[in-house]
Amino acid sequence: MSDLFDKFQPMIDLRAGLLASGVEDPFGLVMERVVSPTVAICNGRETILLGTYNYMGMTFDPDVIAAGKEALDDFGSGTTGSRVLNGTYIGHKQVEEALKDFYAMDHAMVFSTGYQANLGVISTMAGKGDYVVLDIDSHASIWDGCKMGDAEVVPFKHNDVEAMEKRLKRIPEDAGKLVVLEGVYSMLGDIAPLKEMIGIARAHGAMVLVDEAHSMGFIGPNGRGVAEDQGVLDQVDFVIGTFSKSVGTVGGFCVSNHPKFEILRLVCRPYVFTASLPPSVVATAATSIRKLMHSGNKRAHLWENSKTLHRGLKERGFQLGTDEPQSAIISVIMPDLERGAAMWEALLTEGLYVNLARPPATPANMTLLRCSLCAEHSAEQVGTIIGMFERAGKAAGIIG
Amino acid sequence: MERADVDTTIRSLIEPFNKKGIEIADTTTFSGDLEFDSLTVMDFVAAIEDEFDIIISMNQQAEIETYGQLIDAVVKLQG
Repeated sequence: MSDLFDKFQPMIDLRAGLLASGVEDPFGLVMERVVSPTVAICNGRETILLGTYNYMGMTFDPDVIAAGKEALDDFGSGTTGSRVLNGTYIGHKQVEEALKDFYAMDHAMVFSTGYQANLGVISTMAGKGDYVVLDIDSHASIWDGCKMGDAEVVPFKHNDVEAMEKRLKRIPEDAGKLVVLEGVYSMLGDIAPLKEMIGIARAHGAMVLVDEAHSMGFIGPNGRGVAEDQGVLDQVDFVIGTFSKSVGTVGGFCVSNHPKFEILRLVCRPYVFTASLPPSVVATAATSIRKLMHSGNKRAHLWENSKTLHRGLKERGFQLGTDEPQSAIISVIMPDLERGAAMWEALLTEGLYVNLARPPATPANMTLLRCSLCAEHSAEQVGTIIGMFERAGKAAGIIG
Repeated sequence: MERADVDTTIRSLIEPFNKKGIEIADTTTFSGDLEFDSLTVMDFVAAIEDEFDIIISMNQQAEIETYGQLIDAVVKLQG
């Protein structure tokens, strides 16, 4: 009899080999206490957090917390039901109203996670016989949505406008087409040339979906994302986003101006066949989203942090994912997994948490130490972080 | 284009990706014999698509395991 786990043996061996070298498990970190959006206690040690998606630092906002507590008292701990049955409370409508106001769009639909938002919208919109044209470095939830929808899947080279156009040209003119792009690609922290790409996509009769998970709240004059920043938000059919990054809780959403959008509530299976978000979660999300509309100063400080860290690491000889800082993610490229894990552990010993990212999540089989900044990191903390990188980089032999 | 011509063209396209210089027959497999990873597959497929002005969707790629199957698919896709 074959063991169905056998297919994971290479991964089991890789992990065992890594841990045998004595390194702390990079995928088994536990936060014992969380002090603030930027500090936690890990293994009894005070640790600066530089690997969360808490870009705007909303998780400890007093108004957000108060809204959550009130909803817990008034509506209970959970809905125990689907959005289309007993799972739509006033709070779910309120967070959808907040999203419509935030994006200045006509429709908003809230899912239980960001993963489900991509899974649901892509698989429902692009079915058998339709075509999905997407960037090869797309997030797993986008790929899974493609697979579930059974459309013809046509990837193109990362951020390559010409490669995208060539493929669009070759698709039968009368076929349904959905172009799927991301504002910020989260592994290297680079942004997409959305203005060009969306123009071309529309010229070829494609509908356009943009995942703005890593840009919401931060990029663009109103924090609506990269499409807003490049002046093309009005040409996007579907914006996908999440509450688990800048908004500071959990959940996903899609906003759209399409007049027929509301039918998705009845035909989108990852929306229908799962429990809706707890009342406290939608209450915190709605409060947070409304505060993010007026967070220009925080956005400016986060840009400062991103620029300072990028410059500091570059000057110290680290190889970075982008030549210039393009988002709140600064990715440090490691020579291989072994040295990446050693560097990760050296940083943790210094009191700094970053993400260790490895294939298949990363492009081009890279090992990355991914740093994501927060608007609540002080200038002083960023200076401390650069010093920690310098010491750890020398100890791990990454820089000279 | 006839099958033999498609074969000749693809043989020249595969050369830069065939790093170990494996001898290629119709039964040669991409993942097993040629050890193509997903990035190599993407670049190789893009080269073929551009040469023949066709699309080989990922759904179609999933059905192609051997060199011979690829030639057959490209012949068919040319219409």
